[in-house]
Amino acid sequence: MKNMTSPLIVIMFLSCWELGARLYDKAFILPSPIQIFIRFWELKKVLLLQHLPATLLTIIIGLLISIVAGTAIAVWMSSSLGIRKALYPILIASQMIPIIALAPIFVLWFGYTIWSKVAVTVLITFFPITVNTFDGLSSDKKEMQELFLTMGATKKDYFFKYSVPTALPQFFSGLKIAVTLSVIGAAIGEWLGAQAGLGYFSRRMMTQFDGAAVFAPIFVLTVLGVGLFFCVTFIENRLLKWRTKN
Amino acid sequence: MLSFNSVSFTYQSGGNILDNLSFNVRPGEFISIVGVSGSGKSTIFRLVTGLDEPSAGIISLASDQNNQRLGKVGYMPQQDLLLPWRTILENACLPLEIAGMDKREARNQVMPLLHEFGLAGTKDDYPAKLSGGMKQRVAFLRAVLSGNPLLLLDEPFSALDAITKLSMQEWLVTQWERRKSTVLFITHDIEEALFLSDRIFLLQNKPVTSVDVIEIPLGRPRTRSDLHRPEMLLLKEKLMSRLQSEVTV
Ligand SMILES: Nc1ncnc2c1ncn2[C@@H]1O[C@H](COP(=O)(O)OP(=O)(O)OP(=O)(O)O)[C@@H](O)[C@H]1O
Ligand SMILES: [Mg+2]
Repeated sequence: MKNMTSPLIVIMFLSCWELGARLYDKAFILPSPIQIFIRFWELKKVLLLQHLPATLLTIIIGLLISIVAGTAIAVWMSSSLGIRKALYPILIASQMIPIIALAPIFVLWFGYTIWSKVAVTVLITFFPITVNTFDGLSSDKKEMQELFLTMGATKKDYFFKYSVPTALPQFFSGLKIAVTLSVIGAAIGEWLGAQAGLGYFSRRMMTQFDGAAVFAPIFVLTVLGVGLFFCVTFIENRLLKWRTKN
Repeated sequence: MLSFNSVSFTYQSGGNILDNLSFNVRPGEFISIVGVSGSGKSTIFRLVTGLDEPSAGIISLASDQNNQRLGKVGYMPQQDLLLPWRTILENACLPLEIAGMDKREARNQVMPLLHEFGLAGTKDDYPAKLSGGMKQRVAFLRAVLSGNPLLLLDEPFSALDAITKLSMQEWLVTQWERRKSTVLFITHDIEEALFLSDRIFLLQNKPVTSVDVIEIPLGRPRTRSDLHRPEMLLLKEKLMSRLQSEVTV
């Protein structure tokens, strides 16, 4: 038997919601889970074939940019104390920017193209990747570096055979947070201006007082987030076999 | 094999550790270095490996042509320092890979040695699964695979329980005799030093100005009971009291 507590809690929560929504009986404000699911079923073609791919593309491009740029910055910061001292405050400041306020400016810069959404996604996902990877890279042991030196290792040997594997678990912790945030980022980006995407669809339905259709894409976004999270976990367990085998 | 010629060394933070120290190690010897804690044993290793440079004097190494000692000695640190994400086989391959050998070739070369080092059947295990003694074997194998005839072992058995320690000592002697390597061995355990060594270097004074060289009057192969001979018991007494006098200095 696997742990059944969390499914039970979800079922209990949905039941309460269902009950409350039926008693309240104003579907345009509070649709019930069953109504949402029915609406999702009716809209499944539009949602899954038209809007999901648009959102997914934003998320994937955004994440790729974050992974490349985030790890690059992390490696750069770990290469010297001066660079770290210069970059760290800027990095933290970048997370203080209220993204909702900034997003319209991205629309101004990039128009209603995919890039305004990608920009929002990158802005909120690169931070956990950078910080975690950096922490991972800095957790190396001096004794290990010396051992490598006594073996005649070059900097490159040390980086690829020691630093990278050491930082990998931390990198994955960061990536898991980033993946969750990427769904939020893409949705916010679409909310503020788009021609397709689950966030955009949800907002459009709002103007039509179609409560269930507002929630249906949110349901898809949630499933998407969970799915991406599990993908990362799967890859992580594959690459870090040694942790599970112990 | 290795010689220190009037070597002095001071850490940058101010500690003067070695002062005008000289000694000689012959090829094929097993030498134990004993001395009180903080006397500078590990520092001597750092100098031999090339991690630090002496502030004065000359260190010469037979395998070293152009005064570049890094990568020229096999070093086995006190903690095993195995890489947790590499299997035993992969850990042992590390020095070969660093030397530029192709991964497959390295494996082929290491594979038969695993058996010889008493590591058969652990090749695909990760270090976390192994006992302390086994991990030390891997660390020793890795030091041997650096390909250098001079091996430096810094208190390799200090973390092991008494029984494992004894069997690892015997194992080490066998390996040393078979490979005909030269070993410098740091230990706090006088019995261990007496059982293993051809000569014992006892570090004297602070900073260290000389080593007191003690020849062990035993042939090989040795057994544990050799340690109970009267001359060995006397030697042990002598070493103990010397160390004690060093502590009080
Ligand atoms: N990196 C360093 N910087 C400054 N002082 C150091 C450094 N490393 C060691 N020392 C000092 O040098 C002295 C000798 O240290 P060393 O590690 O060589 O001793 P040791 O004989 O190996 O001791 P132990 O038996 O405890 O391992 C000690 O007093 C220590 O505090
Ligand atoms: Mg020491």
